[in-house]
Amino acid sequence: MVASGTFGWGKEYSEYMDLNKLGAIVTKSITLKPREGNPPPRIVETPSGMLNSIGLQNEGLEHFLKEDLPFLAKFDTPTIVNIAGETVEEYAELAKRLSKETMVKAIEVNISCPNVKQGGMAFGVDPGLTKQVISAVRNATKQPIIAKLTPNVTDITVIGRAAVEAGADALSAINTIVGMALDLETGKSRLGRETGGLSGPAIRPIAVRMVYELARAVKVPVIGIGGIMTGNDAVEFLLAGARAVQVGTANFVDTAAPLRILAELHDYVHRHPRTLNLS
Amino acid sequence: MPIQEKCRVLVHQPIGPRFYQLTLLSRDIATQAQPGQFVEVKCADGYVPLLRRPISLHRIDPQNETFTLLYEVVGQGTELLAKAAVGAELDILGPLGTGFKIDPAKKTHLLVGGGMGVAPLMALAEEVKIQKSKACLPDRQVKSLDLFILIGARNKECVQCEGELKAVADQVIVSTDDGSYGQKGFVSDQLLDIINNRLSVVSCQSSVIYACGPRPMLKAVAQIAAQKQIDCQLSLEERMACGIGACKGCAVLTTSGYKMVCKDGPVFNASDLVFS
Ligand SMILES: Cc1cc2nc3c(=O)[nH]c(=O)nc-3n(C[C@H](O)[C@H](O)[C@H](O)COP(=O)(O)OP(=O)(O)OC[C@H]3O[C@@H](n4cnc5c(N)ncnc54)[C@H](O)[C@@H]3O)c2cc1C
Ligand SMILES: Cc1cc2nc3c(=O)[nH]c(=O)nc-3n(C[C@H](O)[C@H](O)[C@H](O)COP(=O)(O)O)c2cc1C
Ligand code: FES
Repeated sequence: MVASGTFGWGKEYSEYMDLNKLGAIVTKSITLKPREGNPPPRIVETPSGMLNSIGLQNEGLEHFLKEDLPFLAKFDTPTIVNIAGETVEEYAELAKRLSKETMVKAIEVNISCPNVKQGGMAFGVDPGLTKQVISAVRNATKQPIIAKLTPNVTDITVIGRAAVEAGADALSAINTIVGMALDLETGKSRLGRETGGLSGPAIRPIAVRMVYELARAVKVPVIGIGGIMTGNDAVEFLLAGARAVQVGTANFVDTAAPLRILAELHDYVHRHPRTLNLS
Repeated sequence: MPIQEKCRVLVHQPIGPRFYQLTLLSRDIATQAQPGQFVEVKCADGYVPLLRRPISLHRIDPQNETFTLLYEVVGQGTELLAKAAVGAELDILGPLGTGFKIDPAKKTHLLVGGGMGVAPLMALAEEVKIQKSKACLPDRQVKSLDLFILIGARNKECVQCEGELKAVADQVIVSTDDGSYGQKGFVSDQLLDIINNRLSVVSCQSSVIYACGPRPMLKAVAQIAAQKQIDCQLSLEERMACGIGACKGCAVLTTSGYKMVCKDGPVFNASDLVFS
């Protein structure tokens, strides 16, 4: 699958690849109302990674349902809609509205965005709030729910368990790691905001460790995310216990990344038919 | 449609202390590209640097199926790019973005480049010339064109493309911040000078300014254009990740909210931009 926020609404990449070949498309986070996003600069490169502070810029649910979902509906690939809210009620409302869309095959609940003042990661660092959000979404929809977890916690399994108890059908991990980069001339942040979320190969070992911990703590499938650039990287997540993976930052580097990784993964499975034990 | 392609390096030469000219082979890019568009270059294999680097199309040659970039080495990415050997292949994504809109009906075209902002002006100047000459063919009495190019640089060493630009322009005016070459001062001051001394109020209406360069320069140019009521297009820079409108990383504030430099731009109407 392709990771939320790194693949736009699918349309942007449809010029470069056959979207039908993807396992699933996870949309950028959608909020109830349009969001402007954060002041620029929103991106800065760091060693083997990047910091972003996009701030969930999107045109809101209505626009998504009218303009973007119909485009995704043209493809065989399942659409997973990623939702974000500032309050529990907003998450519930989003889930309720999306539950009427048969095109939407699952909802990924972003309780892990580090780049917004309200909501976002604040939910995902607290097991009680995690439960509240996921329960509210659970009550609003019958669609499968994926809780997307933040790595910015002491013990991710506590949050993972809370999400599963509240009714999550799967977990995805990890979202970006809060980071900072300073301008040596001005002493100020190199982003328009003080902090940003780190992604890319730099975070992969952390993501693999967290997926490994989660896979042993919960019975639901775990989707591995974090710095996957090659088929081998994906294998590492699968070996750690992930049942699927999402490709994020790699899309920016190589527009063919998800399909290349898929091909490399196939190749690995052929060469190591038993290592992965895929059922 | 833009493509991601391995393009062969045909020419790669230093043209000053930190400046390089890089000509690449690609039929798809050369035949589709418009002045003001850019490509995203993977400067080196591997993860350092991780992201592609946006570089403007300096020259577009559809006949020979090549395009040329002009870049300055300013950091890790461009430093590694400078090592690309002739005959090697570079991973390029492009052509990207929305370029300059040329209105051949305009009489006077004022091209203003500050620093590396001169890079896209070459392709633009060539296209303006082609379009103007086409537009003028049936009716020769319109004196073919008024194509003024103003380039500003820090100092003499940093002045780029003067000769090449002279070959297409009616006049090229060079200024340097330190006065080591051409006029001393900012290129925006030269622009104001030209407008005040060479253009009547009426001819302002049939003029257009295209500018590319550092943000303060663009702001000054936008102010002049607004004051003199001259149409003005500005090419902006912002840090990029995807380059194709997917990540919302390259935002710039406009009168209708944030727009993406990589997709809605890099060229914007000056009157749509909000300068801080
Ligand atoms: C649409 C567009 C067209 C461009 N065209 C040209 C061109 O024709 N020739 C040319 O020399 N440069 C051009 N640039 C700027 C070029 O992209 C940067 O110089 C380059 O990305 C620097 O990479 P680096 O790894 O060498 O430096 P880094 O180590 O990344 O940065 C070194 C310095 O460059 C600045 N910088 C980094 N990325 C950008 C960026 N995206 N835009 C502006 N400044 C940046 C940083 O603030 C820093 O001061 C263009 C930028 C954009 C957005
Ligand atoms: C530019 C950018 C935007 C992102 N936007 C979102 C988002 O809107 N919602 C979300 O849940 N995750 C978002 N993410 C996080 C990614 O989906 C992913 O979890 C993270 O980047 C780690 O994976 P990667 O290293 O493969 O990129 C974003 C990441 C990046 C780099
Ligand atoms: S660089 Fe991704 S939207 Fe412009």
